[in-house]
Amino acid sequence: MDRDGLYQRQVIERARAPAHAGPLEGATGRGEGTNPMCGDRVRIGIWFDGDGRIGTVRHQARGCAICLASADMMAELAVGQDQGGAVTMGRSFAALLQTGQDGGVRPELMVFAPLRQHRSRIRCATLAWSALEAALTGTPAEDSKDG
Amino acid sequence: MDVPPVVMLDPIDSLRDRRADFPILGETVHGRPLVFLDSAASAQKPVQVIDAMGDAMRTQYANIHRGLHWMSERTTDAYEAVRGQVAGLIGAPAREEVIFTRNSTEAINLVAYSFGSLMRPGQAVVISEMEHHANLVPWQMLRDRTGIELRVAPITDDGDLELDALERLLADGKVALVAVTHMSNVLGTVTPARRIADIAHAAGARVLFDGSQFVVHRRVDVQAIDADFYTFTGHKLYGPTGIGVLWGRRELLDAMPPFMGGGDMISTVTFEHSTWAGLPHKFEAGTPAIIETIGLGAAISYIEAIGYEAIAAHEAALVAYALPRLAEVPGLHVVGAPAERGGVISFTMDDVHPHDIATLLDRNGIAVRAGHHCAEPLMRRLGLSATARASFALYTTREEVDALVSTLTQIRGFFV
Ligand SMILES: Cc1ncc(COP(=O)(O)O)c(C=O)c1O
Repeated sequence: MDRDGLYQRQVIERARAPAHAGPLEGATGRGEGTNPMCGDRVRIGIWFDGDGRIGTVRHQARGCAICLASADMMAELAVGQDQGGAVTMGRSFAALLQTGQDGGVRPELMVFAPLRQHRSRIRCATLAWSALEAALTGTPAEDSKDG
Repeated sequence: MDVPPVVMLDPIDSLRDRRADFPILGETVHGRPLVFLDSAASAQKPVQVIDAMGDAMRTQYANIHRGLHWMSERTTDAYEAVRGQVAGLIGAPAREEVIFTRNSTEAINLVAYSFGSLMRPGQAVVISEMEHHANLVPWQMLRDRTGIELRVAPITDDGDLELDALERLLADGKVALVAVTHMSNVLGTVTPARRIADIAHAAGARVLFDGSQFVVHRRVDVQAIDADFYTFTGHKLYGPTGIGVLWGRRELLDAMPPFMGGGDMISTVTFEHSTWAGLPHKFEAGTPAIIETIGLGAAISYIEAIGYEAIAAHEAALVAYALPRLAEVPGLHVVGAPAERGGVISFTMDDVHPHDIATLLDRNGIAVRAGHHCAEPLMRRLGLSATARASFALYTTREEVDALVSTLTQIRGFFV
């Protein structure tokens, strides 16, 4: 069977056993991203640490393996970022998938790069980042346009 | 003289030679032979349809119903001949009762708008829990526009319509129309059309069947099932996109106002007033899909030449083969177990989301659909957010089912 570069072991493992899944009691920021095309949904909760940086992220993701793995990786990579840094991180990830331009995307995220070949699945990976941006900026996440 | 030996083919193999009629089936996807199991979304086209459309554009084309010249008259004849073919295909008593639309969606919208405009607040339309959005949203729009009520007939967990509940929904005599699918695009359920029509008529309601899926697999006789309206769409029936059909009883269509205004649908026009053309032209405003209609005619000829008996037997054999084979895949669950199933099988797999299934199948050349299949309320009713769906056509083979089953088994193994 051809598994496609997309379904690397670490993606499957993350989806199956996410390290940052679950509700976050007393979260100071909450956000949601939904994809009406497929019914996927990611809800996140954030705690900030003392100096306004992201201290903890938890996600509750309902979706495919790409969606789950991406949400879990987002929850890991966003920690330590301030608002601007986290938003930029999400946007450059989306740009990588949509245009192929690698504008300083964290190397961990490159496992999702093969999504370039599956335009209809890009939204699966960016959903969690939309939810994060919604939580940080207080605006509702934009529904699936890019997917 | 030598008499050729009679070869009795298993029905599952009986249409094998017809694959050669579909040029696209020779294509490869990601370097593998295409296994196309998404025909319920749209079927592939035989060369007979492709050529008919090309030939029309190459040799016999002009606008219809208005030219006084040879090309226009010939093209009008070709276009109108398809109306007769459709009437024959579905057993309509009169060709004027066949209205060409863009697709099934437009046909249902036409009824919702036109028949709906004769309905009064307090009256109701009944649909079922397993409708495609095409047979749901137009009725919600009608409800919001005119204040009618929209009622939903439940289905069983197996995916069959609950006829007792349907009867109860009709009991107060307020229902003007029952609009239900003749075959579910998600569950494969073939609904008992005649019984539904009898139930509707006994309560003084009319009945519309969404035949988008059914006509692909079985012969429909609109008189035998006592339908009042019937709709289908050309692209699922091996024809082109852009052409669909509404059939309705003459007395109903006559009483209904036009859906759209413009050329072709009028009798006389002054600046103050217009009068409408008779059937079917009253409902066909503007230049229709001439080439596509000719393509639909070729598709109908193609199907008639093979015969619905052969098509239905092939498909029943495929479904009977596929269901137990799919059950061999660890963690796989077929959705629904309707009393009568056409060539559509939706399924889920433990630990693997339908989108991941579809993407990985695609990597291996196998096209299925995954998602809510334009039936979100049905998904909610089933407690699912999405399913994967394999659907069969007359060109589907046993080996393609085998390829599906073995690839699914590998996918599942990869995820657990
Ligand atoms: C049961 C059913 N009804 C209606 C439709 C709508 O067909 P179309 O999009 O051609 O109007 C479909 C196809 O998607 C269908 O499967």
